[in-house]
Amino acid sequence: MPNFIDRRLNPKDKSLGNRQRFLKRAREELKRAIKEQVKSGKIADVDAEHNVSMPARGVSEPTFQPAGDSGERQYVLPGNREFAAGDRLPKRSSGAGATGAGAGTGRSEDEFQFVLSREEVLDLFFEDLELPDMVKLNMKESVAFKRRRAGFAATGSPTNINVGRTMRNSFGRRIALHRPGRKEMEAIAEEIARLEAEPKAGAKHLQYLEELRQKLEKLERRRRRIPYVDPVDIRFNRFEQQPLPNASAVMFCLMDVSASMGEREKDLAKRFFVLLHLFLKRRYDRIDIVFIRHTDEAGEVDENTFFYSKQSGGTIVSTALEEMLRVIRERYPAREWNIYAAQASDGENISGDSERCASLLHDDLMRLCQYYAYVEIIDERETEIFGTTDNGTSLWRAYRTVDGEWPNFQMTRIAKPADIYPVFRKLFGKQPAVQVRK
Amino acid sequence: MRGDRNAKKGCGSNLLFQGSDWNFETLSRAYDAIETVALDNLGLDVYPNQLEIISSEQMLDAYSSVGMPLMYQHWSFGKRFVFEDNLYRKGRRGLAYELVINSNPCITYLMEENTMAMQALVTAHAAFGHNHFFKNNYLFRQWTDASAILSYMEFAKKYIIKCEERYGTTAVEAILDSAHALMDQGVFRYRRPPRLSSEKERERMRERLEYEEQTFSDLWRTLPTASESSDPDAVERDVMERKKALNLPDENLLYFLEKTSLILEPWQREILRIVRVIAQYFYPQRQTKVMNEGCATFVHYTIMNTLFDQGRITEGAMLEILQSHTNVVFQPSFDDPRFPGINPYALGFAMMQDIERICVDPTPEDRDWFPEIAGSGNWRETLLDAWANHRDESFILQYLSPSLIRKFRLFLLSDEADEKYCEVASIHNERGYEAIRAALARSYDIGANQPDIQVMDVDLLGDRHLRLQHNIKNGVLLEETSRDATLRHVRHLWGYEVSLAGVEAETGETLYECSTADIEE
Repeated sequence: MPNFIDRRLNPKDKSLGNRQRFLKRAREELKRAIKEQVKSGKIADVDAEHNVSMPARGVSEPTFQPAGDSGERQYVLPGNREFAAGDRLPKRSSGAGATGAGAGTGRSEDEFQFVLSREEVLDLFFEDLELPDMVKLNMKESVAFKRRRAGFAATGSPTNINVGRTMRNSFGRRIALHRPGRKEMEAIAEEIARLEAEPKAGAKHLQYLEELRQKLEKLERRRRRIPYVDPVDIRFNRFEQQPLPNASAVMFCLMDVSASMGEREKDLAKRFFVLLHLFLKRRYDRIDIVFIRHTDEAGEVDENTFFYSKQSGGTIVSTALEEMLRVIRERYPAREWNIYAAQASDGENISGDSERCASLLHDDLMRLCQYYAYVEIIDERETEIFGTTDNGTSLWRAYRTVDGEWPNFQMTRIAKPADIYPVFRKLFGKQPAVQVRK
Repeated sequence: MRGDRNAKKGCGSNLLFQGSDWNFETLSRAYDAIETVALDNLGLDVYPNQLEIISSEQMLDAYSSVGMPLMYQHWSFGKRFVFEDNLYRKGRRGLAYELVINSNPCITYLMEENTMAMQALVTAHAAFGHNHFFKNNYLFRQWTDASAILSYMEFAKKYIIKCEERYGTTAVEAILDSAHALMDQGVFRYRRPPRLSSEKERERMRERLEYEEQTFSDLWRTLPTASESSDPDAVERDVMERKKALNLPDENLLYFLEKTSLILEPWQREILRIVRVIAQYFYPQRQTKVMNEGCATFVHYTIMNTLFDQGRITEGAMLEILQSHTNVVFQPSFDDPRFPGINPYALGFAMMQDIERICVDPTPEDRDWFPEIAGSGNWRETLLDAWANHRDESFILQYLSPSLIRKFRLFLLSDEADEKYCEVASIHNERGYEAIRAALARSYDIGANQPDIQVMDVDLLGDRHLRLQHNIKNGVLLEETSRDATLRHVRHLWGYEVSLAGVEAETGETLYECSTADIEE
């Protein structure tokens, strides 16, 4: 009879630690691979599991290996059909013989794919990004709490009983107080039954029986006195209300959906906001996001409408800014909230309105905002013409004046999907601590 | 025999199991029956067995930690896990049915997915075949300590965790990386590890070294020595003495670095030692792949057939067993896309069956080739003797018969790097048998196939430049990128410059020389 051990219930993930170490090691490579992949694929794909092809660089394990292209070797191979000694076989380009003995011992694990979970992808993707200047911390009264386990307590509500602890205490107490066990009592009871069943009963016999009965009664009394579970044993899981640091922040997403924005422009803008949205959700689980879209009139919409609904019309950019101002006044007082905004547009605007936009920013919004990013979506052919010059659409020219004056204003151009991620990184890259403005 | 079987089948109660489900009761009944056959019929001698049931995920875990139940943590194991996991999930590769550890008691892992027939097969294969081989083969007996390995691994794991806590994961990882790179050069192939000198003696040595360091005066160097350059003999003698003191040349790079490196802390030395011990532990397994698998396959095949003949296994179960047996010993031809090299199971099993045939029913040819065993009839003793006293190389050299060479249609291909063609040197005919046998045996000689790299010289009181030498055989050089990367690892452990010279073994001509000083980081 051998020793059988059932290990199936052993704790799982014995090599989780190793896997994590490997991921840490491969981090740089993975980051690069994911960026490449996302650049070529859809941005929304970031929010999913990823198959990442992992080049061996950085995680290779070098050893002294014989070089395949030197020296003289001999291979013994099975399955000869037509060869005779002295036959010559032309080598394939990779070296014919190498498919022989080499393949058996060779390492084929150099390039391989592996699957990253959604969390791992996002972590890598948004590493080193942050909202700049998050300074107004927790001014509001309404502090959020989170329940956190904090040891055990002797009092509490019945739903929180910790059975393990309770039973452990009860067990210890029963041992300490010598609570008679069931087996012990059953043994005596059986003995009594056996003696009672015996026909002849001498005096000694009866006396012994009586002793046993007394003993049993004593044990039973004792057993009643020492309960199985006593109130003193009971332990409850204790919870603590842990205040959450409340960095209240709001991000305004302003998007132009007017007729001048073609499918391509809208697609680019949406991609940018999808990325922004993912980033905010990932990094700041308590941030408000306000979606505003505009044609010749602006309105606050929900996430779904913002990303998926189709609408078009003329263009008055300033309506979006006014809508934003209105929302700020109504819901997000600037002394309590960190306010961020990102605006995407193709730069087309009704004549005269661009100046109004600039003055709105100058006079009101820039004072309220922590950070304002403007992304202009341009034609691919225009990239060469405009480049980095100040020339451009009326809105671009108007915003240049704002850019000059406010350090917390950023503007940039996007022409093709591949630009989005670099621009995004530029806008939200971790910045050296800026002096705190009052 | 046949009638006997039918009679036993008639009563029906003799079956070990029916259907494909298993439970611990049937497992242990099958085990007992297998044990009886293994010990009484085949005369095997095994360590006590411990059978552990694991899930597929645990099997993957075991894979990635080189099959040890306890292993320290390192990213390379994670890499292997991810790799295996991928293959498995995509269905490109199935998992092994079992995994067996050379320990005492011998631990065998059985997969929970196996059917009862498979569990029986695997028990015979691993718990008796491999187990017998581990206990009796001379390489394992001499080089590994089956009863101590598990507790050593436990120590190693704890020790490395402790080091990580104390010195940080990065520092430990760096040492392990470097040590892993030299694992192949971390085994003693020819001599036993020198006995540890007693603590007192080592203490004295250390004191002496310290004294020499303290009293070192640069002034002495300027004194004219009588035989500075005039007497090459004295210089030569110095070098010889130095080498003798350090026990050079040394084939075991890890051992040399562990003992001699001047920059390593005690805990780093201990880590090198751990890696070295593990490398040494696995060294016999790498030299006996064909024999080990052949032995296990032969044992399971014989035991299962015996049980079937006794009427203790149903025909359905036997068919399943035979099907997986044939899968295991399948040997595709060299031009088959599935050809992965010579299948050690196929070769080992075929050779052992061949030995049985030669003993029992030899042809005149066999009598010529194997006069000692042909027709002797006692194949059991012959096999037990072969299992105990050979490794792959010597086993093939001794027992590969012409009839088996014909059966596998083996041919010898010689490949010179400079030529545009490969030449068929020998085929399965009278003139070719010996050449093929010798070449096949050589291909299983790890010592001959792995780069032979030795520590040649180091002047501990001088520039401390560590000189390694690669003895080039048949003109096979080293792959340059990995060579340079590995040399950097040596430098990391040694702390001073390291150089490697490639010397043609036959002519003594130096073919290349490289030093860490020239390799940019």
